[in-house]
Amino acid sequence: MERRAYYRNGWMPWLLLAPQLILVLVFFYWPTTQALYWAFSLEQPWGGGNTWVGFDNFLAIFRDREYWGTVLRSAFYAIVSTGLSMAVALTLAAFVDRSLKGTRIFQSIYVWPYAIAAPAAGVAFRFIFAPESGLIGSVNQIWPGIWDPATNGIHALAMVIVCHAWLGIGYNFIFFLAALQMIPRSISEAGAMDGARPFQRLIDLQLPLIAPTAFFLLIMNLISSFTDSFGLIDVMTEGGPIGQTEVMVYKIYFDGFKGLDYSGAAAQSIVLMLLVIGLTFVQFKWVERRVHYN
Amino acid sequence: MAQITIKGVKKNYAKTAVIHGVDVNIEAGEFVVILGPSGCGKSTLLRMIAGLEEITEGEIAIGGTVVNKLEPRERGCAMVFQNYALYPHMTVRKNIGYALKVAKVPKAERDARVMKVAQSVSLEPFLDRRPGELSGGQRQRVAMARAMVREPKVFLFDEPFSNLDAKLRVAMRSEVRRLHRDLGVTSVFVTHDQIEAMTLADKLIIMNAGKVEQIGKPTEVYNNPASRFVADFIGSPAMNLFEGEFDAEGHFVHGAGGRMNVSQLNGVRQPGRKVVLGVRPEGVRRTGADTHGAIPAVVDYVEELGASRLIHADANGSRIVALDNDSAELKSGTPVHLSLADSALHLFSLEDGRRISH
Repeated sequence: MERRAYYRNGWMPWLLLAPQLILVLVFFYWPTTQALYWAFSLEQPWGGGNTWVGFDNFLAIFRDREYWGTVLRSAFYAIVSTGLSMAVALTLAAFVDRSLKGTRIFQSIYVWPYAIAAPAAGVAFRFIFAPESGLIGSVNQIWPGIWDPATNGIHALAMVIVCHAWLGIGYNFIFFLAALQMIPRSISEAGAMDGARPFQRLIDLQLPLIAPTAFFLLIMNLISSFTDSFGLIDVMTEGGPIGQTEVMVYKIYFDGFKGLDYSGAAAQSIVLMLLVIGLTFVQFKWVERRVHYN
Repeated sequence: MAQITIKGVKKNYAKTAVIHGVDVNIEAGEFVVILGPSGCGKSTLLRMIAGLEEITEGEIAIGGTVVNKLEPRERGCAMVFQNYALYPHMTVRKNIGYALKVAKVPKAERDARVMKVAQSVSLEPFLDRRPGELSGGQRQRVAMARAMVREPKVFLFDEPFSNLDAKLRVAMRSEVRRLHRDLGVTSVFVTHDQIEAMTLADKLIIMNAGKVEQIGKPTEVYNNPASRFVADFIGSPAMNLFEGEFDAEGHFVHGAGGRMNVSQLNGVRQPGRKVVLGVRPEGVRRTGADTHGAIPAVVDYVEELGASRLIHADANGSRIVALDNDSAELKSGTPVHLSLADSALHLFSLEDGRRISH
């Protein structure tokens, strides 16, 4: 049924729309157009005039080997943290789904991490992973020097990725559990009668049936790891050591606000934005063609 | 083919007991139907045989092996579920072949066996379709084929036809009967439909409230119900049941003082004994007023069945249903006389509902 409201005076609907429109215009479209403008011009760090330079800013970042390093690192970061987070969440969800006792309690316990702000989690994880005193740092008591995210780039990146994955587990868990519980119990039972063990049933029967949810989560996680990693990295490593945890979103901040290269940072923002738009597009395409059985 | 022995089996959910001690022996190759109203524990019993429910107490053995602690896959049973439980993302071919794939049967052999089974239930044209593209009856046949392909020791059916329409149900019934005749596999079939039960069963198990009421051949159960519950549950139209007691002259007194001459019940007519007298509608006949022991009654309404009709009447405050072949018109309020056939009387204790033999 189509529901429509008709207004006698033309300005009323606009007035009703205004709060949302103003929010979107001021906080999204205005900064975006500003970034677009800067990306195609050379902006002076202290203000006062700028020159139109066309695609020069983009060419400059694409020619920069360091930038491509950051892109690769971001991709690695996104893939590993997404994979880790989803795998752990699916495992937990599968367990909770199998034994329904106490499911409600676990549902809320597992989702808590999602409610923690990234910087807060970052601080906590910095303590946990601190080489001198942290929980994980205690391995240094046994094998001195084996763990040191302050100087070892691989350690630092692993630390940030683990923290990012941890933050996402709760969110992924809820979606996985809901999807698993949508599958009729008898399908799993039929699998058991057919001789399949729990793990095989998960792979052969449950996973294909929750594929749409898994795909949705994959895209959401990828997008989040491209854009939400800033707070975590800023608190935990500030991109260090020697830029080894610098991902795209952090480089934008660093080049722009620390390096005062507004134009270069704006161009990078545009690239990142296009990447996220691309991922969102893929997501919508998929949702439209969502696999439907029955 | 395997024999199934169920000994003292009980099932509790938390503290609620749903099955209170069931003892049943199922011979190898037998077709057994468990019949009962919903919530009587029949499906739970079946699922305990399958291994989908834990056994709280007692023992189930299949082919001589106690299976209490065995996983479903180790028990050699195949099951047909009420809602079919087909794998929606797999084609019919893959649905049927999944058990073989799990068992790592080589692909060529798997395909051959799937094809053979599909032929036996006329499914070959649909092998590459998904369950969502099939009709209810076809899905049902896929579920049966999936059970058959493993060549199990035991078939378990959990109300498999309850989602089908009446006509399809009759067709599937004869199909199941034919398959059982051809394969001879021990089968346990759960249903709440008594016609399904009567037509399919070699042996009928009637369950009520977590207990077995009676075990026997369908005709035995029909002709000699072991309890008031069975008498009431089996047979359509249902048996007439009158609560009452015998008076000093040996007459059965029921309702608002109605008296029936039941001299054939000689020997159990102690005066004051409270009993339930049962007689099937086909054992109640219309008769002349002068017949010895005729029961006067007033017609309430008549149910036309086509070939015959059911007369619902009131006999001194007790409802009585008679099967009648006469086609003469009977209006509501017409007085009639009814007599009870000698051999058709059943007597149950009012106290515990058990049969009183006579």
